Amino acid sequence: MIANDWIQILVSLGLIVLIAPLVGRYLAWIYQSPHLSLEKGIYRLLGLDADREMGWKEYAAVLVVSNGVFFVAGYLVLWAQGILPLNPRHLPPLSPEVAFNTAASFVTNTNWQAYAGEAQLSNLTQMLAITFLMFVGANTGLASLVAIIRGFVREGSATIGNFWADFFRFFLRAFLPACVLMALVHVEQGSPQTLSSSVTAKTIEGAPQTLIVGPVASLESLKHLGTNGGGFYNANGAHPYENPTPLTNTLEFLEMGVFTFSLPFFFGRMIGRPRQGQVFFAVIFALYVAGLGLIEYSEKMPNPLLASASVMQKTTPLQDGGNMEGKETRFGTTQTSLFSNTTIAATTGAVDGAMDSMNPLAVLVYLVHMFLNEEPGGKGVGFAGLLKEAILAIFLAGLMVGRTPEFLGKKIESREIKLAALSLLVTPILVLWLSGLSLVLPAGKSSIDNPGPHGFMEVLYAFASGNANNGSAMAGLNVSTPYYAISIGLEMLLGRFLPLLPLLALAGSLARKKTLPENAGTFRTDTPLFILLLLGFMVLFAALTFFPPLILGPILEHLSMLHQIAF
Amino acid sequence: MKIVRQSLMATLFLMIVCGVVYPLVVTGIARLLFPEQAAGSLLKARNGTITGSWLIAQGFQAPGYFHPRPSASLTPDGSGSLPYDAAFSSPSNVGPDTKQETKNVTDAANAYRQENRLPAGSSVPIDAVTASGSGLDPDISLANALLQAPRVAEARKIDPSVVRSLIERIKDNPQFGFLGTTRVNVLRLNLALDKIAPKSSAKP
Repeated sequence: MIANDWIQILVSLGLIVLIAPLVGRYLAWIYQSPHLSLEKGIYRLLGLDADREMGWKEYAAVLVVSNGVFFVAGYLVLWAQGILPLNPRHLPPLSPEVAFNTAASFVTNTNWQAYAGEAQLSNLTQMLAITFLMFVGANTGLASLVAIIRGFVREGSATIGNFWADFFRFFLRAFLPACVLMALVHVEQGSPQTLSSSVTAKTIEGAPQTLIVGPVASLESLKHLGTNGGGFYNANGAHPYENPTPLTNTLEFLEMGVFTFSLPFFFGRMIGRPRQGQVFFAVIFALYVAGLGLIEYSEKMPNPLLASASVMQKTTPLQDGGNMEGKETRFGTTQTSLFSNTTIAATTGAVDGAMDSMNPLAVLVYLVHMFLNEEPGGKGVGFAGLLKEAILAIFLAGLMVGRTPEFLGKKIESREIKLAALSLLVTPILVLWLSGLSLVLPAGKSSIDNPGPHGFMEVLYAFASGNANNGSAMAGLNVSTPYYAISIGLEMLLGRFLPLLPLLALAGSLARKKTLPENAGTFRTDTPLFILLLLGFMVLFAALTFFPPLILGPILEHLSMLHQIAF
Repeated sequence: MKIVRQSLMATLFLMIVCGVVYPLVVTGIARLLFPEQAAGSLLKARNGTITGSWLIAQGFQAPGYFHPRPSASLTPDGSGSLPYDAAFSSPSNVGPDTKQETKNVTDAANAYRQENRLPAGSSVPIDAVTASGSGLDPDISLANALLQAPRVAEARKIDPSVVRSLIERIKDNPQFGFLGTTRVNVLRLNLALDKIAPKSSAKP
């Protein structure tokens, strides 16, 4: 590594640490202040009673029904693309299964793409279906977290808030303004923003060239601020129109982090214990930085298999070395490592280089991030997942000393543990069963692109990404087949709502409980000891559950590469 | 039922705000403030025809032009390989531990050495033999440009030092001195070459 790599990494990490507490404070204001008159007007217009408090069941019902309607509306636009206007290239509609997959993908904030944007979607579809679903998917996640946090804030309460108020407050006061502002920065740096869809050029050497343009920048800021990740182009953030400069690359991964890394601080302010927020931030930031370190090490490593080709793989003043397959020159390995670590950790799923061509240790980090899915995780749901892990970790600590565990003054009893465990089990069941099934079925195997452990990882990665609502892919795998479109489509819906509903129930149960005063026997959760406990629990659980596939995939591949074995 | 009605109203409202108003407002402001970037950073010839975009690679082949990185972009229907197809961006998606990757890199390195008359077994820059992430990477590394310089100079019958100083002039340093890499935009370099050396000599 050269000095520049260190500076880029330290500046980026420093910015996250600096910005996250401020945004957390702003978010707390959003949810602790009265309605704005604009909001009141919208609630009146739409006939929403935003002051009506909801119990967890009603909250969950509104969340599921509204998301169902969003989903159907998005599906209809995808399905009707052929007859809708603003389609000068006469693109046909998506196949029913890919349209299902796409609507499911965007409403769940996954943004898995079984289609190629520039080749298959008209500008109207990009706006009405994709942009719309990106907004509402991300917003739903954040609203659900606010409700879950109220479980800890409230005492003897049967309600956990109002879904619509939680939804529109973030949308109007943070999300939409931030998207407009950052979209303009992206245009300034070179992202197109136009309603025309293509430009025909004649290159300097006289060959015809079709440049695909459109409302790219407005999708770009949203895609990262909402931790969505769905790109306008097939190559996603590697495409020079989506990500024209090293500055946009940096801004994009900071956009992914700005809301997600602020959530622990938001939580701390909401419950009136800022220190607890800092402790949670320390946990996710530690995992985030550890991941970054391993990815950077992995991608800077020369590929031993290329020794015979006599290629310069070292970083020198004249070139950026390392694994440049599938990476862009303007970013080099360090900017790509920063971006890819954030995109997976924050479950955005945008990529600025080919995940399928990354070295095995980097893929190991991506997989672990997706299994944990909480450092910082997607908009809202990631931090909600961390609270669930905290409850389970405290339960384990309670077992060791034989005390009924308490968390933030709330007694953690049998019902809470059952709900948290239920939510925790979704990931291993969906990921391991579906990957296993796909490695046996001919329909699953025939889509694999690369041989050996790398091909195995393509399948494992796909289902880890679908379940985590991440959306990035080792894109060699052909996922537009009916088998993968439907199985991953269903998995994304299950991976989104199955873990979330028990957490809403958990919040409902906690809100009813009394908050107990602290005493000498209380296990404090705002200490370095708790950071270690939670980290240990998360890593141990992931290791125990996912060790076999990690051995068969990235670890086997890494060892075989070191011994110069190619597949 | 009330939940469904409210959800339908919210969907209608949000679809209009997010799907129509938001992109249109951004488009309007962008056209006003940054018209060139908003249109795609297009490059126009003197007679007004569009000759490409600064941001998108062109598949230069003549020896008198600098060549971009290998490209794995696809045909417009996505069925096969079509390098530098700006209508279907794609990386190679080849895994690092595959025989395919070793073969791709070895072949590209041999072709690069032959093209630039480098001695057999001499070391070539990594970016010159690996496919970019988009297939449309507009840049090459400084090392790559400097190794191509003698070939370009010979084809244009100019002194290699002229080409090398042009590279130095055109190259992009890391943004703000530390973001990203030092690189050379191939299109900008080739257009600058056309200005200083007669275009006819660039033909193969």
